[in-house]
Amino acid sequence: MERDALIYEADVLVIGGGLAGTWAAVAAARAGATVILAEKGYCGTSGVTASAGPGHWWVPPGKRAEAVAARNARAFGLADTSWMARIVETTWESIPRLAGYYRFSLDDGGAPRHRALRGPEYMRAMRRYAEDSGVAILDQSPALELLRHADGSVAGAAGYARQRRRPWQVRAAAVVLASGGCAFASHLLGSRTNTGDGLLMAAEAGARLSGMEFTSYYTVAPAWSSMTRSMSFAFARYFDAAGRELPIPPGQDATRTLARALLDGPVFATLERMPAEIRAVLSRISPNFLLAFDRAGVDPFTQRFEIALRGEGTVRGIGGLRIADRACQTDVPGLFAAGDAATRELIAGATSGGGAQNSSWALSSGQWAGEGAAQRARMLGRRANRRVERIGGAGLRSGAARAASEQETAALIDLIRDENLAYDKNLFRSEEKLTRSLAKLDGAWSEIRSRSAPSGAASLRLREIAAMLAASRWSGRAALARGESRGMHQRTDRPATEPALAHRLIASGLDRVEIAADVAPQTKVA
Amino acid sequence: MIELIVAARCTGCNVCVKVCPTDVFDVSDNGPPRIARPSACQTCFMCELYCDADALYVGPDCAASGAVEEQALLAQGALGRYRRDSGWGAWSSDPDHSNEHWRMELVFALARALDSADTPPR
Repeated sequence: MERDALIYEADVLVIGGGLAGTWAAVAAARAGATVILAEKGYCGTSGVTASAGPGHWWVPPGKRAEAVAARNARAFGLADTSWMARIVETTWESIPRLAGYYRFSLDDGGAPRHRALRGPEYMRAMRRYAEDSGVAILDQSPALELLRHADGSVAGAAGYARQRRRPWQVRAAAVVLASGGCAFASHLLGSRTNTGDGLLMAAEAGARLSGMEFTSYYTVAPAWSSMTRSMSFAFARYFDAAGRELPIPPGQDATRTLARALLDGPVFATLERMPAEIRAVLSRISPNFLLAFDRAGVDPFTQRFEIALRGEGTVRGIGGLRIADRACQTDVPGLFAAGDAATRELIAGATSGGGAQNSSWALSSGQWAGEGAAQRARMLGRRANRRVERIGGAGLRSGAARAASEQETAALIDLIRDENLAYDKNLFRSEEKLTRSLAKLDGAWSEIRSRSAPSGAASLRLREIAAMLAASRWSGRAALARGESRGMHQRTDRPATEPALAHRLIASGLDRVEIAADVAPQTKVA
Repeated sequence: MIELIVAARCTGCNVCVKVCPTDVFDVSDNGPPRIARPSACQTCFMCELYCDADALYVGPDCAASGAVEEQALLAQGALGRYRRDSGWGAWSSDPDHSNEHWRMELVFALARALDSADTPPR
């Protein structure tokens, strides 16, 4: 039996306690709001930042225009330089505020190095920073659905505190979705909780998405490992099963070349080109990287090991909730989006923002969303006595519902992985392959619509599957609609980049997915 | 994936239960926490980092569980390596385990230089 629900009230509810969510919570609290942060796992270890080592887009004032122009040249016409400049500036102002929470390395002159931070320490620092700012953190408390006012604005969320085994509900004047990207059950390090829940919840409230076709970023890792720390692979040599070295071009083509080889058979790597002086300090740079090899009994510097490519979905992909104003509000009043839950087209265009841009976006969009949410609370109040509606659908409550068996759940996850991550389907797209994938994904969506979980713990995984399926279908339909190749989206049947398609694509809808051109003037920031 | 909680080392503080991002462990009434949902483990090693007693062992394989010998792992000193290399706890002022993550930029610059040295001019 489920126990009584935990009922809370706050000015601002932040969903997700990773990089964007913690910065959002801190900013909302700094703006005077009372803040609750609900995290699916543990704020400090959850999300893709905690097990990685994020760099930031850290550019001193005099060099910014040049840096923005250089990055915009690789954005394939979909970015907005005013937003890029804005995150560079916010990053520069914000990271030094972590002094006292993060022990910055010092350079030879004794000045702190702010650009690249180590993930576990960064997120531990962010948790303390949030707590000291007065944020109330609900750990192990996945959100399941949004609450909505009669006027269509968002009124809070409901979820399930999985260790206390109690449902929770938070009424708030505004909600920041910082629930991360959708990794489609890939073995990308730290991404298991990144199932796109926020995208689904927001879409149920009427939010639209943008850039969902850009989901084909992959990171190399040992075939048996989730250790997608890619730095050391800058020194890799690759071989096929016969021991022939594979010529790998530098840059973006490396992934596609490796993927082609992997479609032919196993591929092996060594890190033998890594200079001795780096090997000697590697565990001080990335302590988890060699740990994985050590435990597998592999010396990566002398032995060849099998590799795989780990798909990153919308994590180092680009798509997410469409941003409608400079406070990172979505198309739904009272619902803000930050970090990987939001589209990163504004700052990255059609090229992954992985490595620097995405972290700066999380930090910046988080704070803007937090401030925007606090301002909305100040202007409108909490309206906590108004009647609100719970609006979760797929996987949560359906018409003629029956529970999903474990085998059904496992089969759905296999299908999600296969249709979204398989190299041939995702890196070498075509109308034919996309149409076939969408038929399967639509079938799975209908299936999940006819399932429901009795309550609580059982609903968590089903809801994650529903979210991954929703994200898959937006991604597939947008990829079909983008009848060209642009940035990471590559169609074998449409290899050219079409000037007429130099605009963003908006995805919306759940049972019926619609794709529309975003031809309205771009969201400019003055 | 998570393989082991060494009962002789576990202090019963349940911090692993609290910090696991995927809710792998359950508190047990007596003794160490239980590995209740091993298939939920994402092989992120976070539990090891937060375990001051170095009582946990996460295997390298992210998709399958492997046979591990507790005594052999203890003898190898395998437990606690991540925490040590990260300079947490007792290692926090040990210069051999200082946080040199900032060097990443230099590493990438070096890799680029090597690449261009390898590539014959066109």
